[in-house]
Amino acid sequence: MLDRFDPALDPTFVAPDRTRLIARLKAFLPNDGLLTTPEAMKVYESDGLAAYRGMPGLVALPRKTAEVRAVLMICADMGVPVVARGAGTGLSGGALPFPGCVLLSLSRFNQILGVDPDAMTARVQPGVRNLAISEAAAPFGLFYAPDPSSQLACSIGGNVAENAGGVHCLKYGLTVHNLQSVELVTLEGEIITLGGPAPDAPGFDLMALITGSEGLLGVITEVTVKLLPQPVHARVLLAAFASVRAGGEAVAAIIAAGIIPAGLEMMDNLALTAAEAHVHAGYPTDAAAILLCELDGATADIDEEMARVISVCEAAGATQTRVACDEAERAQFWAGRKGAFPAMGRLAPDYYCIDGTIPRRRLADVLEEIARLSREHGLPVANVFHAGDGNLHPLILYDARVDGQMEQAETLGGAILELCVAVGGSITGEHGVGREKINQMCAQFGTPEIEIFAAIKAAFDPAGLLNPGKAIPTLARCAEFGAMHVHKGAVPFAHLDRL
Amino acid sequence: MPTSTACRDADVAESLADAVRRASETHTPLRIVGGDSKRFFGRPSTDDVLSVASHRGVIAYEPTELVITARAGTPIVDIEALLATRGQMLAFEPPVFGPTSTIGGVVATGLSGPRRPFAGAVRDFVLGVTVLDGQGRSLRLGGTVVKNVAGFDGFRLMAGALGCLGVLLDVSLRVVPKPRAERALSLQLDNSASATLLTGLVRRPLPVSGAFHDGARLNLRLSGADAAVAQAAREIGGEDAPLGPWDDLRHMRLPLLSAPRLWRLAVPRTAGDLTLEGRWLHDWAGAQRWLVTDELADQVRAVAVAVGGHATLFRGAGPDEAVFTSLPPPLLALHQRLKATFDPAGIINPGRMYKEL
Repeated sequence: MLDRFDPALDPTFVAPDRTRLIARLKAFLPNDGLLTTPEAMKVYESDGLAAYRGMPGLVALPRKTAEVRAVLMICADMGVPVVARGAGTGLSGGALPFPGCVLLSLSRFNQILGVDPDAMTARVQPGVRNLAISEAAAPFGLFYAPDPSSQLACSIGGNVAENAGGVHCLKYGLTVHNLQSVELVTLEGEIITLGGPAPDAPGFDLMALITGSEGLLGVITEVTVKLLPQPVHARVLLAAFASVRAGGEAVAAIIAAGIIPAGLEMMDNLALTAAEAHVHAGYPTDAAAILLCELDGATADIDEEMARVISVCEAAGATQTRVACDEAERAQFWAGRKGAFPAMGRLAPDYYCIDGTIPRRRLADVLEEIARLSREHGLPVANVFHAGDGNLHPLILYDARVDGQMEQAETLGGAILELCVAVGGSITGEHGVGREKINQMCAQFGTPEIEIFAAIKAAFDPAGLLNPGKAIPTLARCAEFGAMHVHKGAVPFAHLDRL
Repeated sequence: MPTSTACRDADVAESLADAVRRASETHTPLRIVGGDSKRFFGRPSTDDVLSVASHRGVIAYEPTELVITARAGTPIVDIEALLATRGQMLAFEPPVFGPTSTIGGVVATGLSGPRRPFAGAVRDFVLGVTVLDGQGRSLRLGGTVVKNVAGFDGFRLMAGALGCLGVLLDVSLRVVPKPRAERALSLQLDNSASATLLTGLVRRPLPVSGAFHDGARLNLRLSGADAAVAQAAREIGGEDAPLGPWDDLRHMRLPLLSAPRLWRLAVPRTAGDLTLEGRWLHDWAGAQRWLVTDELADQVRAVAVAVGGHATLFRGAGPDEAVFTSLPPPLLALHQRLKATFDPAGIINPGRMYKEL
């Protein structure tokens, strides 16, 4: 499994003198700021991708930017890899410890430094939870738009590192669209501010480059986010379809009609029946697929747009359309969607969540192909995803207690991601590459791109100490991974049209 | 470049790559040119011209995907006309300084129009690019899907990089549906009363898509669904006004914006009036301020920096004059290393942004 780092395919470092490293770090970190025993470090073994585990060398828990800076400078000096970690909710193994690394937890950077309702910004430390920002902004009628499913627990620093999305990013954008400025500490110990209180900053857009850089370029110690006015009103439609294809066509038709819903989510039968059993959301369990389409804005406009969405869905063959009659029913419709992941527990002991994106118009083709791959690999797949922006979340159901099933799920997941690339999409829409998709990077990008990514990393981190073995594969890994695929025969998914 | 192909679609990526490779081998600096309509922007250059104008044509446009991919030399007016046939547009409303202006130039300069504070900037809508690095290697960064977090966002980095990191070959942009209703209002308010009103307005979920103060009046534009626009217009009051001046603002045809020496100050919207003598036009609800002044450049920059912003000598910089506000040394060092990453020989638009790049 990929949680084992391979000296032939991943970066390697000479093990430091641990006693000396501890002594140097202790000089800057207060008593409880450094964990050194296996028992204390156990909780840092894995992130949200719990199947991948590894032990760090040490865990550093700084409280101040100056302490982060000291840790980085000491590690740079001694050649020790550093893995930064937020709340540890990431789903791609981005915070998986590299063997012998200093795991740098930002969990103690948990203060909201200020909400400025006139500037419509919130200045926060990276360990602040995503939802806490919207809660702090709510008294001013404002909110922070990106809303990953883990928003109760995930931290804003991790959101920036992953360029997190969510249900509402179809209309309101990803993390990168909702940032005002970021404070970053480099491995050399420079504290730099990217972006600023003005609408733009001089020079290259380094804030955009840092967003989604998965802890490979620097450590984020402060974030200022943009806040938006809360919408006056929101309504949600549930539309049921007799085939996944009809549902997929309705998604494309809604966008083609010039409507940008606040959320446009799709669930297939396996997912919606499990969700229904789990939270009793009122979903029609005989449907092959359902769409949830949320519109927000002025009341009169919602009514008019909702009428158009309904007629588009009916034209696409909807067997049922139901607008939530009140706020309680709207919450109920969404509870099913939000409860879909935990509901998988009813179907199998474990599930593996995939995160590919595809052009919307290929939705039906790709879902049919996933069903075929599911049969071929012998593992069921439930689909629940952000249909509006083509961001699939196939959930592969397996049982980790059965020998080999985890590896089987990993192989099926890889095949699904390569399918996404083959139709012109991407191996990750919002979860990041992390450790999980390191091989599939070689499917999405060629050698020149991988080289330039490595060179960008080197511009910030010449020794390659920040989060090694993640996000950007070595060329050796791509050579190995590519060879494996050539061996299997022709181009993958030759029977599908390419872009 | 052969001029005979300049008016029709053509893929000349290979010959552009050859030209860059040759320049790299001979260490010949190049000035990348699309329509050359924004020659005035950035530090002046007399380097050999690499024209991208003949690399032109829309590669893919699928309205239901809200994405268009076009070669860098495609005229921006052609792209906007094509989008309009399907009721779509570029949300960031780039200024267009002439019919030759290209999509590559729009992305490279990163200039956005009046809708920017409400809809986003160029960098927010770039989904992917193909770019030639300084050795003539073709790099495909990003893609054509809205959500894509694989690899570093090198494509977003190209927006506003003034071509200093490579030669754009094609760009994929997210497009948006045109609003169903659009309406302009004008209010008789001085600048500070206008700023106070705006602070309250933008905090509410109103369909404001533009807000500029021309020195005498506050001008507002509303865009969106019919009912929301009508309701907002009733609430805000003022007089109905023509939409024409919004085009003039966008394309910088208003008299003040045509001044031979023009400053652009990007500052926090809430910064208040700045102590610089001259003629002002406040756009972006006060976050982008145009200034025609006799004040010294250092003074203009110092005032902008003091409130957390920066000043650009947008037009009319002398041969040795800085155009952009200088970067703190650690940030400049990162810029230089990134420049060297993409363009080790330093031949692609050297010095166009900063003397040191």
